[in-house]
Amino acid sequence: MTAISGRVYVLGDNVDTDQIIPAEYLNLVPTIPEEYRKLGSYALAGLPRAAGEPPFVPEGETTTPYAIVVAGRNFGCGSSREHAPIALGAAGAKAVVAESFARIFFRNCVATGELYPVETPERIVEAFRTGDEAILDLDASTLANCRTGAAVALRPLGDAGPVIAAGGLFSYARKTGMIPGAGAA
Amino acid sequence: MSAPMTMTEKILARAAGRSAVAPGDNVWVTADVLMTHDVCGPGTIGIFRREFGSTARVWDPDRVVLIPDHYIFTSDEKAHRNVDILRAFAAEQGIPHLYDVGTPRYKGVCHVALPEGGHTRPGEVLFGTDSHTCTAGAFNEFATGIGNTDAAFVLGTGKLLLKVPPTMRFVFDGELPPYVLAKDLILHVIGDIGVDGATYRAMEFAGEAIMRLSMEERMTVCNMVIEAGGKNGIIACDETTRAFVRARTRKPFTEVANDPGARFLVERRYDARALEPTVAKPHSPDNRALARELADVRLTRAYIGSCTGGKVTDFVSAARVLKGRRVAVATFLVPSTTDVSRALRLETIDGRPLLDIFRDAGCQVSLDASCAACLGGPRDTFGRINGPEVCISTTNRNFPGRMGSKEGQVYLASPYTVAASAVTGRITDPREVLQ
Ligand code: SF4
Repeated sequence: MTAISGRVYVLGDNVDTDQIIPAEYLNLVPTIPEEYRKLGSYALAGLPRAAGEPPFVPEGETTTPYAIVVAGRNFGCGSSREHAPIALGAAGAKAVVAESFARIFFRNCVATGELYPVETPERIVEAFRTGDEAILDLDASTLANCRTGAAVALRPLGDAGPVIAAGGLFSYARKTGMIPGAGAA
Repeated sequence: MSAPMTMTEKILARAAGRSAVAPGDNVWVTADVLMTHDVCGPGTIGIFRREFGSTARVWDPDRVVLIPDHYIFTSDEKAHRNVDILRAFAAEQGIPHLYDVGTPRYKGVCHVALPEGGHTRPGEVLFGTDSHTCTAGAFNEFATGIGNTDAAFVLGTGKLLLKVPPTMRFVFDGELPPYVLAKDLILHVIGDIGVDGATYRAMEFAGEAIMRLSMEERMTVCNMVIEAGGKNGIIACDETTRAFVRARTRKPFTEVANDPGARFLVERRYDARALEPTVAKPHSPDNRALARELADVRLTRAYIGSCTGGKVTDFVSAARVLKGRRVAVATFLVPSTTDVSRALRLETIDGRPLLDIFRDAGCQVSLDASCAACLGGPRDTFGRINGPEVCISTTNRNFPGRMGSKEGQVYLASPYTVAASAVTGRITDPREVLQ
C-alpha cells in the first residue's frame, strides 16, 4: 500500500551533507516554518553539476520535480546536520534509494520522518536516468523504471519503516508508549 | 559468566543498566552529557518544545553543554539570532554550561572546548549534535554525533536507543617517526578502509604509537573516524588520560578496558615506524597519497585550524616549520578555542612566541577562535574559499565546496606538511624543510 511514484534524480557515490545542504545555509533553523521551506529551496545546492545537467530544485523555485533520489554508495556522509534530510524532504522528495547510507544521515531520515532511506543490494545508478518516471513500492521492495520497464530489488526497510510511516521518532514513541502523552503543540 | 566485551560494549552495557551487551543489540542508553552548538541547537530546542511542550524541562541541566562555535565572527543576523536562542534556553532551563559569545567563558570549537571544560570523562556516554563528537573517544568514552530530533529526545528523556557497534581494532606497533603526526596516521587508515569502511562500527586505536601520543594528538585520531563512516572511536585510558581529565574536573569517572578475549570484527596491525607524511587529495578524505608523491601540486593557499588541526600542539608543530621562514602562499591560521588563542601568545619556541613566529613568516592569524572556514560558513568568514583556490589544510573534510566555493580544491594534511607546503608553495614532505 505504500507506493511513491514520480521522477527520479540520479547521483553518484559519497554524496556528502555539504553537497546536500551547503554550510552557508545552516543559519536556517528547520523548526521555523519559513526557514524550513528555504532549506528545501537549497536542497542539493552544493552539488557540482556538469553543463546541461538540471538542478534538483529549478532556478527560482522552492520545490523539486523529483520525488525520488537514486544514488550509489555512502549517501549522506559527513556532517550530522539534520538539515540534510530536511532540505530534501522540504523540497518535496519522498525517498532516497541508494546502495548504502552514512549512519547518521540514515538515522536522521528515520527520526525526522522526512524521507524513506531505502538500500539496494546492488548498484542501481546505471539503471536510471534523471527524469525517468519510477514507482517505488515499499511493500514489494521494488523500484520500477517506467521508461525501461525494469524493476530493481530493494532491501526491506525493517524496523525503520514503521517509524517513518508514523511521522518520525516522537510520533512513533508516543504511538508505541515509549514516551507518554501528546506534545503541547 | 558473560562473554568478554570490548571497551565500547562495556560502556554501553553500563549505560543501559545491563551486565552485558553484544554487537547488534538495540539498547536504551542513558546519556552522561549532551552537547549542542549554534548550528544545531536552535533546531533541537525547537523540536524539544514542540514535542515536550513549551513548559518542559530538560532531563538534567547539569548534563547539557551549550557551545556556540560555528558562525560567530560574522555579520549574519540569523547566526546571531541562533546564539540568542541558546542563551535564552540556558537562562530558562538553568543550564550552567553555556560558553557564551562575548563573555570570558567563550571557548570556541566544541570538540576542543568540551575537554578543556572537563566535560569528557572516561567510561561515559557523550552525545553531540555534531558528527565530530567522536573526537572525545580519545578520552576512553563512547562519544557519537546525532541529529536534532534524537538530541531533542535526549534533552527530554536523557535516553537514546542505540545499536551496539562491533569494533574494528587498529594497532600501531613501534614509535612514529618524528616527522609523522597523528593526522598522517588517521589519513593512512582512512585511505586503507575508505570513507565508508567503518560504517556502523566502533574504531579502536591501540599500540605503542597511540599510547605515546598526547591527548591532543589522540583527539586528532578519533576526530576523523567519522570520515571513515565510524560510529565512534576509542582509545584505552592511561596516565596521560587521567592526568588531563583530573586537571579539568573533579567529577569521578570509571575507566574501561577491553576484557581479555574481547572480540573484534577485524584487527589490523601497522608498523608505525613505516608511516610517512600523508595527504588526502580532493575531493574525499580517503583519496590518499604520500606528500612526497604530490610535489608538483601548486597551491594558492594554506589553512591551519579546526577541531582536528587547530589545537595547541598543531600550532606548535606548524611553528617548528615556519620559524625563520616565509610563506609563499596566503596562509590562514585560526585557533580552535580561546585557550589555544592565548597559547599562541604564551607558548614559545627558542623564546619566541608562536604568534610572532607566524607573523614573521607572513601568515594571516585570526585570534578569534571558531570553526571559521573549516566548513565554509557565511560569505564573510575568515579564510573562506571564495573561488578556484588550491588549498592545503589541517582540517578534516575536503568534499566539494566544504571550505566555501565548489571550485576550490582542498588537500588535507598534518600541520607539518601544511606548514612546509606553505613555505614552498607546492605540496611538500616536511622532511624537505625540517632541520
Ligand atoms: S572545526 Fe570544522 S569539523 Fe570541527 S566542529 Fe567546527 S566545522 Fe565541524
